Amino acid sequence: MPLTYCKPGEQFQVTSLYGGQGFIKRLFEMGIHPGVILKVIANSGKGPVIVGLDDTRIGLGQGMAGKIMVKPLNIKEGVR
Amino acid sequence: MKTIEKNKVITVALAGNPNTGKSTIFNALTGGRAHVGNWPGVTVEKKEGSFKYNDQSFSVIDLPGTYSLTGYSIDERIARDFIVRKRPDVIVSVTDSTNLERNLYLLTSLIELGVNLILDLNMIDIFEERKGEIDIKKIEEALGIPVVLTSGLKNTGIEKLKDTIIKTGGKNQGYLKIDYGPDIEKAIENVELQLAGINSPYPKRFLALKILEGDIEIIEEIKRQGFDNAVQAGVYETSKLEKEFGFDLETEIIEKRYGLIQSIVRRSVYKPAYAEEKLSTSDKIDRILTNRWLGIPVFALMMWITFQLTFTLGGLFADYIDAFFGWFSGLSSGWLKEINAPSWISSFISNGIIGGVGSVLIFLPNIMILFLLLSFLEDVGYMARAAFVMDRIMHAIGLPGRSFISIILGFGCNVPAVMSTRTISSEKDRLLTILINPFISCSARLPVYLLFTGILFTKNQGLVVFSLYTLGILVAVLSAKLFKWTIPILKGPVSPLVMELPPYRIPSALGVIIHMWERSSLFLKKAGTIIFAGVIVIWFLASFPLSAEYAGEASLAGQLGKFIAPIFRPAGFPFWQAAVALFFGIIAKEIVVGTFGTLFGGEGKLAAVIPVYFSQLSAYSFMVMSLLYIPCIASIGVIYRETNSWKWTAFSVFYSVLAGYLTAVLIYQIGSFLL
Ligand SMILES: Nc1nc2c(ncn2[C@@H]2O[C@H](COP(=O)(O)OP(=O)(O)OP(=O)(O)O)[C@@H](O)[C@H]2O)c(=O)[nH]1
Ligand SMILES: [Mg+2]
Repeated sequence: MPLTYCKPGEQFQVTSLYGGQGFIKRLFEMGIHPGVILKVIANSGKGPVIVGLDDTRIGLGQGMAGKIMVKPLNIKEGVR
Repeated sequence: MKTIEKNKVITVALAGNPNTGKSTIFNALTGGRAHVGNWPGVTVEKKEGSFKYNDQSFSVIDLPGTYSLTGYSIDERIARDFIVRKRPDVIVSVTDSTNLERNLYLLTSLIELGVNLILDLNMIDIFEERKGEIDIKKIEEALGIPVVLTSGLKNTGIEKLKDTIIKTGGKNQGYLKIDYGPDIEKAIENVELQLAGINSPYPKRFLALKILEGDIEIIEEIKRQGFDNAVQAGVYETSKLEKEFGFDLETEIIEKRYGLIQSIVRRSVYKPAYAEEKLSTSDKIDRILTNRWLGIPVFALMMWITFQLTFTLGGLFADYIDAFFGWFSGLSSGWLKEINAPSWISSFISNGIIGGVGSVLIFLPNIMILFLLLSFLEDVGYMARAAFVMDRIMHAIGLPGRSFISIILGFGCNVPAVMSTRTISSEKDRLLTILINPFISCSARLPVYLLFTGILFTKNQGLVVFSLYTLGILVAVLSAKLFKWTIPILKGPVSPLVMELPPYRIPSALGVIIHMWERSSLFLKKAGTIIFAGVIVIWFLASFPLSAEYAGEASLAGQLGKFIAPIFRPAGFPFWQAAVALFFGIIAKEIVVGTFGTLFGGEGKLAAVIPVYFSQLSAYSFMVMSLLYIPCIASIGVIYRETNSWKWTAFSVFYSVLAGYLTAVLIYQIGSFLL
């Protein structure tokens, strides 16, 4: 499901990214690539989303978050 | 690999992701004054400095931050070109030790490039505070490069870094080879074979990988050298691999790199399962500050507080400065009488220097406070959030969220604001962002507002000044809409926002003060040079011909002003002094105030003279004109440099004159009709 629908506070694993080559590559280079585990920090609906990658926080604009597909991780926060 | 001769200057480049502390380390190494701020994209130009250590001279280059060597935007291309083309003797890869995995991605590209590398794990103070542990030996072994721990903030590890730079200077390093798996390795090998005999400073493996990754610039370079075969081999291998395995090769290559980094970091870094509460302070603040409903009101409130403080606090000091100039002019006129100085000298000192430059300098406290508050916003980490919060609104206007950073910087000065657009990767978004920036009210306009509102709007000074700032933003927004709608090359979808949000940090008082002082001293320097020169010219024009009365209609200044003044009749200020002020204000907007000071015989007299010439309405219209008409010379220069086009520069100048004039006329006419 797209990142836009994810609840804050939960963890997700990135499954795939949609969009142009340049767009995808840029995200990869910033650390958002398939397999990586993200935590949604803030998401107020259709607006932009803040995700946490380890200790980094990345703000994704409206159009962006919808192109990142994730699956929920059934792991409680803090436990790996 | 080059070896370094004795006594040669060793060039050291600082490279790394944005906001990892490169400029901080640069300052620590060289004693320099590179601009530091807690948001990604502070440095957009390379900056050089130097230091000496053990009789060896070093030249250090601070580079803009970048996530990769791909080079999406101008700042990233500056970093990439320096690393790839200039080939510094040593590259210090500055990384944020609290975010190693993500940070090391760039390092893998640097390793493949085959440069002399040092890995600097910066921000080690934070890492240690969180009780993390790093096994340096293991990382050094795994990567094959020396590792140094530093804290730019606490100034630790800098000597060790210098030491390591000397040791690494001419050494041929044994590099780590990233293993991409048998299939991709085979493809790399096949492309490499076609590159036999190529004349390039880079390892063939690096070139082969770049061909497979589809790096346009490297491919062009290889084609230029006549190695089209290699490029074709790359295309062939790519499609073969993609058909056989059904993956995207570029993706696969990047994932392999991350895989390797991950295994290295897992083996050598221990981080306690993160202290939830502590870390999330920043997140909690973000849930409020970037909230859909609260984000924008909070921002507006912050701006309002900024401008309120700027002149209420600034006003507290104004009396002292006033008293100082009073004392100074009394002293100097007494002294001039004593030595029987010719009258033109006393006129020069009292009208030109004290009247002209003094009437601008009196606003130094306000400007310092504005800079102090803007520096605080930068250092606390709010800038990136502002871009994020405004993203949706900016999109509606036709601009990317990133442009908002240049708008905030514009409140300080439009020159660095225009330069900050280098981080915007889409050329059309960047151009539009540049074109609207001159309407953002910079600190040089502040003296104009303070002069007029202090005399004519004493009751609601804050509101009037705030309305001018708002008007500037409004004109910028409407212009953006208009340009987007009418200029074909600016059309098209806006690039989406992806931006790292650094953790909020409580800035050190000293840091913010240094930051503020750097900018304020620029203002003082401007007062001593450009403003001073402008005022001398005006004083001169007001004094000649000698037969005419000083600053009278018959003086050269009067004649020049009278020639221009009639056009300003519809705007409500058709007298020659205003025309002269606006004319010379093109050089720097503070000169508008300086002109009145010079022509009306000093700052002390302005309070009595201004109301004779201006009503509240015409003063407002005059302030609007000063705000909008023509960017100052320095801004025009930077617009030309950044757009690299006379056409756009001229467009910006003419459009702003027109916008300023029409808005001023509109306000005056509607105002006279209503009042
Ligand atoms: N705690 C801590 N903060 C640091 C350290 N080094 C830098 N900082 C802070 O990190 C922020 C970014 O520092 P800069 O030196 O501007 O980073 P940069 O890498 O030059 O950033 P760009 O020019 O945007 O790429 C600033 O707020 C610094 O004060 C460090 O070792 N420890
Ligand atoms: Mg920097």
